[in-house]
Amino acid sequence: MLKIHNLHAEVEGEKILKGVNLEINPGEVHAIMGPNGSGKSTLASVVAGNEEYEVTEGEILFDKSNISELSADERAHKGIFLSFQYPVEIPGVSVTNFIKTAINQIRKAQGLKDMPANEMLKKIREKSAMLGMDRKFLSRSLNESFSGGEKKRNEIFQMAMLEPQLAILDETDSGLDIDALKIVADGVNKLRTKDNATLVITHYQRLLDYIVPDVVHVLVDGKIIKSGDKELAKKLEKRGYDWLKEEQLV
Amino acid sequence: MKLKEKLLSSYLAFEENIDLENDIHNIRNEAIKYFEHSGFPHRKQEAWKYTSLNSILKEDYSIFPKKEDTIEYRDIKKYCIHDIDTYQIVFVDGIYASHLSQTTHDKFDACLMSSALNKAKYKPIIKKYFNKVAPQESLTALNTAFSYEGAYIKIPKGVAAEKPIQILNFSTGNEHALMIQPRNLIIAEDNAQVQIIERHQSLTENAVLTNSVTEIFAGKNANVDYYKIQNDKVTSSLIDNTYISQDRDSEVSMHTFSFGGKLTRNNLNFYQNGSNINSILKGVTIIEGKQHVDHNTLVHHRKPHCESHQDYKGIFAEKSTGVFNGKVLVDKIAQKTDAFQSNNNILIDDQATINSKPQLEIFADDVKCSHGCTIGQLDEEALFYMQSRGIPQKEARALLMYAFANNVLNSVKIPEINKRITKQIALKIGVQLGFDL
Ligand SMILES: Nc1ncnc2c1ncn2[C@@H]1O[C@H](COP(=O)(O)OP(=O)(O)O)[C@@H](O)[C@H]1O
Ligand SMILES: [Mg+2]
Repeated sequence: MLKIHNLHAEVEGEKILKGVNLEINPGEVHAIMGPNGSGKSTLASVVAGNEEYEVTEGEILFDKSNISELSADERAHKGIFLSFQYPVEIPGVSVTNFIKTAINQIRKAQGLKDMPANEMLKKIREKSAMLGMDRKFLSRSLNESFSGGEKKRNEIFQMAMLEPQLAILDETDSGLDIDALKIVADGVNKLRTKDNATLVITHYQRLLDYIVPDVVHVLVDGKIIKSGDKELAKKLEKRGYDWLKEEQLV
Repeated sequence: MKLKEKLLSSYLAFEENIDLENDIHNIRNEAIKYFEHSGFPHRKQEAWKYTSLNSILKEDYSIFPKKEDTIEYRDIKKYCIHDIDTYQIVFVDGIYASHLSQTTHDKFDACLMSSALNKAKYKPIIKKYFNKVAPQESLTALNTAFSYEGAYIKIPKGVAAEKPIQILNFSTGNEHALMIQPRNLIIAEDNAQVQIIERHQSLTENAVLTNSVTEIFAGKNANVDYYKIQNDKVTSSLIDNTYISQDRDSEVSMHTFSFGGKLTRNNLNFYQNGSNINSILKGVTIIEGKQHVDHNTLVHHRKPHCESHQDYKGIFAEKSTGVFNGKVLVDKIAQKTDAFQSNNNILIDDQATINSKPQLEIFADDVKCSHGCTIGQLDEEALFYMQSRGIPQKEARALLMYAFANNVLNSVKIPEINKRITKQIALKIGVQLGFDL
């Protein structure tokens, strides 16, 4: 589904991604771990189409076609979703109006009519209930004065509404207490099918107890230096990243 | 002939047609003398530093249009708030159009300035209020000299006007270029309430210069809720001079929506003359091309325990220019004043400019005064966030701009105006938003 080949990216002349290779198939869950500043969020942003980063080499294939030239919204129309590490506040637009706009814009891009209002309402009710969200929450301005946990929950709510092919979750666990983490992880698991895929970015193993990955990658200094199964995550949790860097040097 | 000379000689002609015995005549004479002495404002004056009248003053305006109102309701319908019941005082090329108007004398007066100035029964009121809050200032004095027609609204003690009153000024383009000087007087006596909507609209591309003066008096505990809709042709210019005198416990709220016109200058002045007064000034400006909108506001806190809230938002595209000059004056006696001022702007294009200048002069020591001004582009991160959810850039921009202007609309008390302005905003920004407005 997603195939990244030798991806290099930089911002303001600074090289951040230095040859990333990654392949994710339908039905799979992958995790990317790595120390702070290693380029995890950058990788997520570049896949989602953030034009702030310049891709200098390599390519990104989604469903076998090169998406490097597509804008972020066009990538979203193809089914790529990014849950932000730091969701942006948009005062003056409610959670509901925002998600309605997103859904109908995606439908428009697919040549479909607006979703009927009652269907929309039903879906909003269903998904917000699944994530244990309060009604009042939905009429608040998007992310404005939300707590860290509320922001993350709202990201997953949007994911649930949009039902993407590929969901990239960037540090979705940060800011969540353990109960909220379980609810959110449960939500993500419910959304999994044999046709979609999930890429979980985290630097704690904790989340991976709930969203169990098929493959774990380690990103250090803009490169994936090791991939393995879920045991790798546990090993990283215990021993940190230094042994891997040393292994690299040898 | 230069416009100033033309106006001075027109004044002599004007005098021949009016009743010289009238008390007002002295006021007019004083005013024309003042204008003759001061002339038009120019950029060397601090208050006019960023707004030049040169390009609009060089037109050869007719001062007195031929009396010929050829327009029908269907020509103007779209410029009126027509989906609710209102009173309308309509002028065409500065002349009252009775067939388009609906005035009243029942519970209150919503009628013509010309009758108020000339009929004996209004004499005491005119004597008490006319030109009493408008200062001797060049453009205002010019209007005073030619004051003859406009809206006269008087809401007696304790009366609440049951429906909004629209003051509509249309120009037909029958003249190659036309100068109009409406003069409005609005009096809400103690405990009275009124909602007013004012609009100046040209129906053609011929040049129009409107120099309008509105005096508003809000009595004790009165409530005046006023909306100015400025969305004129790019060949029309408006200088709006509004002076508001408030008595204790009153609330006057002024919303100014500036969406179009060659040059728009709003001189909006609030004078607080009692305690526990609330003055509300809100504005949304969205312009493009080479349009220019200048908000020049004054709130003069002259008594203790009063509030003022100013919130102006501007979105400037292409080569448009904006000015915000907001002065808050707090007298020494005006303790416990709570004055808030905010002016936020978005420049869409590199060539758009805004000059924002808050001026706080505070002579009291126990006050709460805050002001803030921001000038920015649209937030790139927010745009990426929205795009990553499938909202194309154009729509994402629109949604951000809509959201930006949105909180100014929250205080609009007439739902039809809210709906209309929201639609206008969406239209100006060029998109249909994906949810119910
Ligand atoms: N927009 C940007 N401008 C400048 N530097 C950036 C930007 N985004 C990321 N970086 C830098 O790139 C490196 C990787 O950042 P990031 O991708 O956020 O790492 P991670 O998510 O793994 O913690 C960091 O050194 C960071 O400072
Ligand atoms: Mg990160």
